[in-house]
Amino acid sequence: MRLTLKVWRQPKGATKGHFETYETDGVSPDMSFLEMLDVVNDRLTLDGQDPIAFDHDCREGICGTCGMVINGVAHGPERATTACQLHMRHFRDGDVIHIEPWRAAAFPVIKDLVVDRGALDRIMEAGGFVTAPTGAAPEAHSTLVPKEAADAAFEAAACIQCGACVAACPNASAMLFTAAKVAHLSRLPQGQPERYGRVVKMVATHDAAGFGNCTNIGECAAVCPKEIKLDTITALNRDVISSTLFQ
Amino acid sequence: MTQTITETENPWIDAPSGTGPVLTANVKADGKTIEEMWDAHRFSLKLVNPANKRKHTIIMVGTGLAGGAAAASLGELGYHVKAFCYQDSPRRAHSIAAQGGINAAKNYRNDGDSVFRLFYDTVKGGDFRAREANVYRLAQLSVDIIDQCVAQGVPFAREYGGLIDTRSFGGAQLSRTFYARGQTGQQLLLGAYSALCRQIDAGTVEMHPRTEMLEVIVVDGRARGIVVRDMISGAISSHFGDAVVLGTGGYSNVFFLSTNAKGCNTTAIWRAHRKGALFANPCFTQIHPTCIPVAGDHQSKLTLMSESLRNDGRVWVPKQGDDTRAPDQIPEDERDYYLERMYPAFGNLVPRDIASRAAKRVCDEGRGVGPGGLGVYLDFSKAQGGPAAINAKYGNLFDMYERITGENPYEVPMRIYPAVHYTMGGLWVDYNLMSTIPGLFVAGEANFSDHGANRLGASALMQGLADGYFILPATLTDYIGANTLPPVSADHPAVREAEASVNERVQRLLDVNGTRTVDSFHRELGQVMWDYCGMSRNGEGLRKAINRIPELRAEFWDNVKVPGINEDLNQSLEKAGRVADFFELAELMCIDALHRNESCGGHFREEYQTPEGEARRDDDNYAYAAAWEFKGVGLAPVLHKEKLTFDYVHPAQRDYR
Ligand SMILES: Cc1cc2nc3c(=O)[nH]c(=O)nc-3n(C[C@H](O)[C@H](O)[C@H](O)COP(=O)(O)OP(=O)(O)OC[C@H]3O[C@@H](n4cnc5c(N)ncnc54)[C@H](O)[C@@H]3O)c2cc1C
Ligand code: FES
Repeated sequence: MRLTLKVWRQPKGATKGHFETYETDGVSPDMSFLEMLDVVNDRLTLDGQDPIAFDHDCREGICGTCGMVINGVAHGPERATTACQLHMRHFRDGDVIHIEPWRAAAFPVIKDLVVDRGALDRIMEAGGFVTAPTGAAPEAHSTLVPKEAADAAFEAAACIQCGACVAACPNASAMLFTAAKVAHLSRLPQGQPERYGRVVKMVATHDAAGFGNCTNIGECAAVCPKEIKLDTITALNRDVISSTLFQ
Repeated sequence: MTQTITETENPWIDAPSGTGPVLTANVKADGKTIEEMWDAHRFSLKLVNPANKRKHTIIMVGTGLAGGAAAASLGELGYHVKAFCYQDSPRRAHSIAAQGGINAAKNYRNDGDSVFRLFYDTVKGGDFRAREANVYRLAQLSVDIIDQCVAQGVPFAREYGGLIDTRSFGGAQLSRTFYARGQTGQQLLLGAYSALCRQIDAGTVEMHPRTEMLEVIVVDGRARGIVVRDMISGAISSHFGDAVVLGTGGYSNVFFLSTNAKGCNTTAIWRAHRKGALFANPCFTQIHPTCIPVAGDHQSKLTLMSESLRNDGRVWVPKQGDDTRAPDQIPEDERDYYLERMYPAFGNLVPRDIASRAAKRVCDEGRGVGPGGLGVYLDFSKAQGGPAAINAKYGNLFDMYERITGENPYEVPMRIYPAVHYTMGGLWVDYNLMSTIPGLFVAGEANFSDHGANRLGASALMQGLADGYFILPATLTDYIGANTLPPVSADHPAVREAEASVNERVQRLLDVNGTRTVDSFHRELGQVMWDYCGMSRNGEGLRKAINRIPELRAEFWDNVKVPGINEDLNQSLEKAGRVADFFELAELMCIDALHRNESCGGHFREEYQTPEGEARRDDDNYAYAAAWEFKGVGLAPVLHKEKLTFDYVHPAQRDYR
């Protein structure tokens, strides 16, 4: 396949970037999207140019490191698929592909396609945990967890913290992420004692980090590679309201 | 520097007896049985007054399961912890990718499990090349790990009654593996990461993401700090502490293609090795039998299909060679379910090394399937419960397979082939997880300790968490309690020297400005390693590799092209540093493989096999951990031996028939 790439290039420290065009040939349909970029980067390197910086690690869709907007869609056109798991068989010979970083006030661009997602860690540090000191745990079977609750907690816990939800949201809100983290713990008995304090702290940190408000548009859930559902946010809102009663 | 070794020459030196570090496990539990050992040992360890702990800084490199669990637990004890990882968040460590599960001797199934049995299986599974005391402790702690994880909110799979579900996994006839669908690693790591977040919030842990450790600082013979590079600004700086812990994962990426994340590297442990930490059993690598086969030259990594699939899928190849029919056109009686045939007792569940070699053998016979004949079928068409049951158990893996291959595994059998997956070797540590550099501790996959020559499925997560949550908090406290450590000054000559060497190396890599990319060297090195130090090895091939690697290494330093500058986010420079270290490690792996004139576990030397083609161990001559001392690049390393004794599990040939 022959493709035309329009890739966002932004040197480190620069406030502005621009699209650079790269023609690339010999792309095999079995390549992953990142492998296609590897090939482009090899060529740039040998031509004495700076290769395109992009984040990645596991290349299996689980670590959440990769992330780029491909033709206007966070992680590209395939449903429930991270950029690293997207394969070139979904593109056609002659296609023009636009590649951009996540764009959000809370995710400053570091270089090219690499952004700083540290704000998501700050939300976790604000309360995304159960206070369970090492060594103090009771026997695992002392608390029964209904299968439905365990499964529902798992579905929320499948979030990989990639930030696609933020990139897709016109308000650049991280509410789907925050809601997934809150729901993971609030759906389990172990998460109950700190439930309402947790949600308040995490939402406050979310807002302070510069993420926008959620206005229920739903773009986030549409691009989520782990298919976190939009109603997770409804549950978060319920907990926020309840917190005013229980706090 | 290049060397050429001849047919008979051996490129290593045995340490003269009585020289060098004494390799004893340092178990302080005289006269105790193995069941009492950890308790007795712990009682002998020194404590540190809670009020004094915050005066002590611990440097924690790596925040995967081992490092993350340790950082959180040490922070909770009150230490001041400085933690480092190369990803942008600790939640992305490679532990996240573990799929299948974590073992624990809970005996929730009443199927005859016990701590002793998990211990027994692990020692045997490791082909009698692990230290009994460590393995027993691991089995003991496995039980507490599950409790800890559940308390943190890890959503393990449950049964309808609300109890935790388990499954049988990789080489075990019991159901002792706890899991969270196909993403156990992510869920356990989120548990450790959340505990870490709690400590960051509490101010005990200072987290430094996107920071790569490039050197250990050794002052007066003790590990006292590290030199790091800020991966965004390129700034090189030093951090000091009373002890340094490496939880930096495994080195499978020396093969270029492996199931590890792209950033997994050997740099942290290799730098420590160069500073005096012995490297044990470097050649013990695990080849995982169920990975998606290579699709083409562009391949950048390999993807594991969890071994749990072998619980329901049946492995087969056509009975005839060069059979080009589609799988559904091959009648039942023309299929060879070779694992069930060769190993009726364990069938598709034989341990990894055995399953991998069997796959290689049938492919070498010309019966492999798919492009290049490097694949075997893993077939779910007869799985119990049909597609619905399969989807509930493995849905995400099936989706992943389809995404990568473009084939629907509900309709066509999966094609799988072995791939490098895990490294049992690592820095040598004693029972306290301390390396031969006092004050340098090593946890998780980075150490050599518990899996011998072959790791059983679902036991790496267990080991990482045992090390991090339960062992280091006790043993590191002992070290702090037993030693008075003066502060290190930033202009101590050892600090200056370490920083200078990092700066010099970075500059050297940038200055070469040759004509080949880092990846092209890495691929070539990986191919040499796969061909000569991979699934099976022989003396002739290993000698070839030992001659070839230094040549390639010299070419790398002569002709690599690393664009850009240090003071930038420079991913080529990061890779180049890692590959440079892989080049040195690769040679040691081959030397280790050549010196070990036996087959054991994942180390299969073609010259040493039984008439049935199984590994033939040589307990008289090789029942030891081979711990290598660095003498300089291109110089013969010195071999030290930790003799292994088996008082509880008596060495026998593993038999899974
Ligand atoms: C695909 C796959 C599936 C697996 N499935 C299972 C399973 O089902 N069950 C099981 O028990 N095991 C499994 N394993 C093995 C297991 O996941 C690993 O052995 C284990 O998670 C390693 O944990 P760790 O904490 O030692 O290292 P890692 O999780 O690799 O963490 C390493 C840490 O060190 C940091 N680091 C590395 N180098 C540097 C440096 N130079 N400077 C700074 N930081 C550095 C990294 O940033 C990271 O934080 C699997 C492995 C793979 C590859
Ligand atoms: S690289 Fe890990 S999710 Fe894409």
